[in-house]
Amino acid sequence: MARIDLVDLAHSYGGNDAATESFALKPVTMTWRQGGAYALLGPSGCGKTTLLNLISGIVTPSRGQILFDGADITPLSTQKRNIAQVFQFPVIYDTMTVGQNLAFPLKNRGVPKAEIDARVKQIADLLDLTPHLDRKATRLTADAKQKISLGRGLVRSDVAAILFDEPLTVIDPELKWQLRSKLKALHRDLDLTMIYVTHDQTEALTFADTVVVMHDGRVVQSGTPAELFDKPAHTFVGYFIGSPGMNIVPAEVRGREARISGHPIALNRSYDTLPAGAKIEVGVRPEFVDVAAPAPGLLSANIERIDDLGRVRFARVRIGDAKFAARVPPGFSVSGETAGLVFNPTHVHVYADSRLVEGTA
Amino acid sequence: MDKTINQKAWFLVLPVFLVVAFSAILPLMTVVNYSMQDTFGNNQFFWNGVGWFKELLDPSTDLGGRFLASLGRNLLFSAIILAIEVPLGIVVALSMPRDGWSVAACLVILALPLLIPWNVVGTIWQIFGRPDIGLLGYTLNSLGINYNYVSNEFDAWATVIVMDVWHWTSLVALLCYAGLKSIPDAYYQAAQIDGASRWAVFTAIQLPKMNRVLLIAVLLRFMDSFMIYTEPFVVTGGGPGNSTTFVSIELVKIALGQFDLGKAAALSLVYNLIILIVCWVFYTVMTNAGAERPVKQGAE
Repeated sequence: MARIDLVDLAHSYGGNDAATESFALKPVTMTWRQGGAYALLGPSGCGKTTLLNLISGIVTPSRGQILFDGADITPLSTQKRNIAQVFQFPVIYDTMTVGQNLAFPLKNRGVPKAEIDARVKQIADLLDLTPHLDRKATRLTADAKQKISLGRGLVRSDVAAILFDEPLTVIDPELKWQLRSKLKALHRDLDLTMIYVTHDQTEALTFADTVVVMHDGRVVQSGTPAELFDKPAHTFVGYFIGSPGMNIVPAEVRGREARISGHPIALNRSYDTLPAGAKIEVGVRPEFVDVAAPAPGLLSANIERIDDLGRVRFARVRIGDAKFAARVPPGFSVSGETAGLVFNPTHVHVYADSRLVEGTA
Repeated sequence: MDKTINQKAWFLVLPVFLVVAFSAILPLMTVVNYSMQDTFGNNQFFWNGVGWFKELLDPSTDLGGRFLASLGRNLLFSAIILAIEVPLGIVVALSMPRDGWSVAACLVILALPLLIPWNVVGTIWQIFGRPDIGLLGYTLNSLGINYNYVSNEFDAWATVIVMDVWHWTSLVALLCYAGLKSIPDAYYQAAQIDGASRWAVFTAIQLPKMNRVLLIAVLLRFMDSFMIYTEPFVVTGGGPGNSTTFVSIELVKIALGQFDLGKAAALSLVYNLIILIVCWVFYTVMTNAGAERPVKQGAE
């Protein structure tokens, strides 16, 4: 168990001489708390698996350091790092029984037999694998196999962190939910640092207490699910998290007022010192914009369609050329092709060159 | 269940049936016919019933003695080349590069012996091993090793075995390499994380993942070595004495050398039967090994 620090860590598969812009992982400095449940969220190819493989030592970084509890472990091999990793597809050793699979990491490290048996029994209990201990592992279902992979990580008592690389990809939806709850329970019981890579926001938001969003090789925001939802630090986060994603439209911002297509929208804070020449946009989640009957003083939009998600309805509209989504309040029936939009000023954010700008009160 | 009855479908099977009849069934029946008769040439045949088969399995008769001796030699030969080629093929496959331009180079070099016709392989080794002009034979003799595959049984066997290893280890290696390439990287990474040694990676991951291609390799190599004819015939002609006379060489001697069609037919039927049985055993083992693969749903 350990705190993990990344110091100016970067990696390029093309060698160290490549331009920083082409790095698979651009320089990042961050700390993973001991006992935290983290999710690394981002689209395919954003560098999240690279970051994970750097931590586990499968990939050696081009630059920077990795510290476990302050000790530099960058040059250490995977075997010596006390890291467990669960992969996208279940990795099990075909010829071994479930019990032998679980014992494998301990056997390789020369742990005495009695200790191995006790530990395997304990972990099998924890993962509900006890009835299968003497079965051939190949005969089990995908979720049981994935539990074995996880179990091989857990048997080692010295594990600093468990890394998950999209571990639920091959699991049926219903079992996915069960397995995720199991992971959360294990996290609570064992006080282990867990880092969970996924491109599925539901998985990330339900599993983790801190979600780290990556985009194009960079960590763009790290925070609680609520922070990511309420105050995305980057337009990408706003767009990637939430369904539908955040509305981001170009605007002119002056003081406490934003103009979208010339129409003024009130802001909660004052933005006087926006960087000159930057691309200015406002972002607002569909949940905080209501559709209303067209009226003077409201930004008017053309309704394209209504998405009924059951508990809530969203209107897909167009403001000029820009696509926009807004909530349809309960009981409001849409008539006609145009509607007015009512903004909740507290939740309208201003972005300069895609980055959040904090206004002044 | 209602099945549509459509007798026209037979017409679709007919061409295949005709081809198989002329290429396999009729010739086989001819052999069965010969195996029950004796001939003294001049196209005169006499009924002999199962006489040849009885003789064939009785070591005290000339035919039985020759057959069983050559069968024993053949089994020994197959066992030796399997014991060498399979482990050697695995080692070669393991030491091949996993990517880069060198993969293509290795594959081409490995494939070369497989592309050479049997006859030519035999001739190459026949010349290569000659003590007077062959590079191998001359060198060995100059080093003071008395090597002559024409007069020494051990040397003859060694030559035939080394020749087969040279010719066919590539096949085993290529099959194993294909098996190795199909192992996802995650297995190696997981093994690293689990702290597995190189040997543990081999026994826990590589060998089990290769077992299907290995079965195919063993089957192919067994069948081929059990039917071997051309190469030893070209190099040693079955000698010295009868020491490298394998079943197929014996068969040709009886059929064409002595023109004993009845004996030869009986021998080829038994030979065929042995091969069929071995194939069946392998097939059963392989399909059973395959049946364990799919994930069983609802495991409690």
